[in-house]
Amino acid sequence: MSQPVAAVRHILIEGNKSYHNITEDLCSPTEKAPSREWIVAFSLSSAFLALYLFAVCWTVWKGIGEWGANRSINWAWDITNFVWWIGIGHAGTLISAILLLFRQRWRTGVNRAAEAMTIFAVICAGQFPIIHMGRVWLAFFIMPFPNTRGPIWTNFNSPLLWDVFAISTYFSVSLLFWYTGLVPDLATVRDRAKGFRRKMYETFSFGWTGSAKHWQRWEALSLVLAGISTPLVLSVHTIVSFDFATSVIPGWHTTIFPPYFVAGAVFSGFAMVQTLMVITRKVLKLEQYITVNHIESMNKVIVLTGTIVGVAYLTELFISWYSGYIYEQFAFYNRVFGIYWWAYFGMMFCNVVSPQVFWARSIRRSIWWTFFISIVINVGMWFERFVIIATTLARDFLPSSWSYYRPTWVEISLFTGTIGLFFFCYLIFCRVAPVVAIAEVKAILKVAGDQYIGPDAKHGHGKKVRQEN
Amino acid sequence: MAAENTKVLYGIYNDEEDLKGAVRAANAAHLDIMDVFTPFPVHGLDPLLGLKESRLHYLGFIYGAIGASFGFLAMTWIFVSDWPTMYGGKPYWSVPAFIPITFEMTVLFAAWGMTITFYTICGMWPGVKANMLDHRTTDDKFCIAFDVTSASDNTVDNINGFFKNTNAEEVSVKIM
Repeated sequence: MSQPVAAVRHILIEGNKSYHNITEDLCSPTEKAPSREWIVAFSLSSAFLALYLFAVCWTVWKGIGEWGANRSINWAWDITNFVWWIGIGHAGTLISAILLLFRQRWRTGVNRAAEAMTIFAVICAGQFPIIHMGRVWLAFFIMPFPNTRGPIWTNFNSPLLWDVFAISTYFSVSLLFWYTGLVPDLATVRDRAKGFRRKMYETFSFGWTGSAKHWQRWEALSLVLAGISTPLVLSVHTIVSFDFATSVIPGWHTTIFPPYFVAGAVFSGFAMVQTLMVITRKVLKLEQYITVNHIESMNKVIVLTGTIVGVAYLTELFISWYSGYIYEQFAFYNRVFGIYWWAYFGMMFCNVVSPQVFWARSIRRSIWWTFFISIVINVGMWFERFVIIATTLARDFLPSSWSYYRPTWVEISLFTGTIGLFFFCYLIFCRVAPVVAIAEVKAILKVAGDQYIGPDAKHGHGKKVRQEN
Repeated sequence: MAAENTKVLYGIYNDEEDLKGAVRAANAAHLDIMDVFTPFPVHGLDPLLGLKESRLHYLGFIYGAIGASFGFLAMTWIFVSDWPTMYGGKPYWSVPAFIPITFEMTVLFAAWGMTITFYTICGMWPGVKANMLDHRTTDDKFCIAFDVTSASDNTVDNINGFFKNTNAEEVSVKIM
């Protein structure tokens, strides 16, 4: 199979690596004793996870009355957090699937960690609708199955049920895609391991040998999974946006929501990937694999999607004015200048203004700027969901039921707790599996390694040695 | 893959270009390669080995079609026949509302079906012990293996000569 190749080639692997160097560098984080930074981070995230579990028990024991949510603002931090996490969970599949279809080589440095991030973010997202049900022990009622209650089936016309299907499908397909990609690398770790670790990796690598036919099927599978994950990832946030768009609430009932939510999801997902990658490459010393070129490529996606999101915000305002419909106009007037004006301006600043600094190449390639802006975007995208959900509900149809919402300590603990859960999972992942796809990096070494391309190249392609200029 | 007690003669190469050259030489000498093991997918190797394109994607289509039909027909049966319920004055058989779940079921069935098929036809499952000829082939070595269980001495000599000519780094025999 011939590979269409991008005309511009960037160095994606630095440090004159051989295949064996790649194995050594990428396996060693799973083989060494945990570093002090890891232990500190792990303890901290475990503490937040404990806080989360405590807050969940508190909510389930005492009821949702412990939250600040009320009759008017009945979707509050819980659904805000849900949409925020789901959005973050979009970048992994985008990087692995869409960039695989577009043959973007820089995906190899970051796809593994981004996919893992997807899975953990979806786990965090899934917590909130379930806790919000109140009687969590009846959560299985959302699945349609023949039952002795009638049978009473679920409502297949409801976007909330579409969400159940979309998110569970997305989670399981992402897991398959991620794990199948991981199997050859787990085999690499297995073949270096001894004793108990070897036994463990023997189980997890499913008996992978690297036979030519297996590789061929593995690539066919990856390509088709990428092909079907691409519409899947677009469908998931589209359906999440239907939760709002199919309602009759002014401010939610807009047809722009699906593309607007998808662009926002990609935007926030990439921001979270940047936050994680900047730390991971430093702590695990992977700067030669997750290079500044990778970071710059992701920043370009951020500035693009951030601008799309900005256009969506403005379109929304324009259309509400242009509709001539006073309830719609009031909803948006209230969103911008109402009681939650600070959330709206926070969102505008963080999501639309701040990423524009990435038009400057030097800032796009600066680690500190990237890290800083990625955090700003994470905050901004959280504000966006809060603005859509809480601001709209705070001023509903009856002025007598207008209300203000403040989170209680329980909701704050639930939210910070899921961040703990997320990092808990991610840190364990960093210890047990290679965070950069070993086989995929080796496969692009001769087209993206610094000894083969670039100013200091020592070799041409293959075995031919290029003449010095 | 290989049956039990197969005698395998294999050579190790350092680079995928050497490997491809060696496979070409083996084809020219009409030597019957049993398998090739590489640390990553080597492009251009499949046609040299005469491997036909994987048919996994046809199966993916079939699984997807099954998922789509299953999702759509199940919703139809439930809402039209088993327990008709009126939601918001809409018809029982509200096809546009069934599209999202039908789509998700298509993807779900295609992905799971293909992945399960992949592991099954490759004989890979948790607990399967990998029959590695050389553990470095998941690191940086490339291996060509020949089945010499019932090969004549002449053939074995030919293969050894082939490994020597193609600059194999090491040549070994293993009973699997």
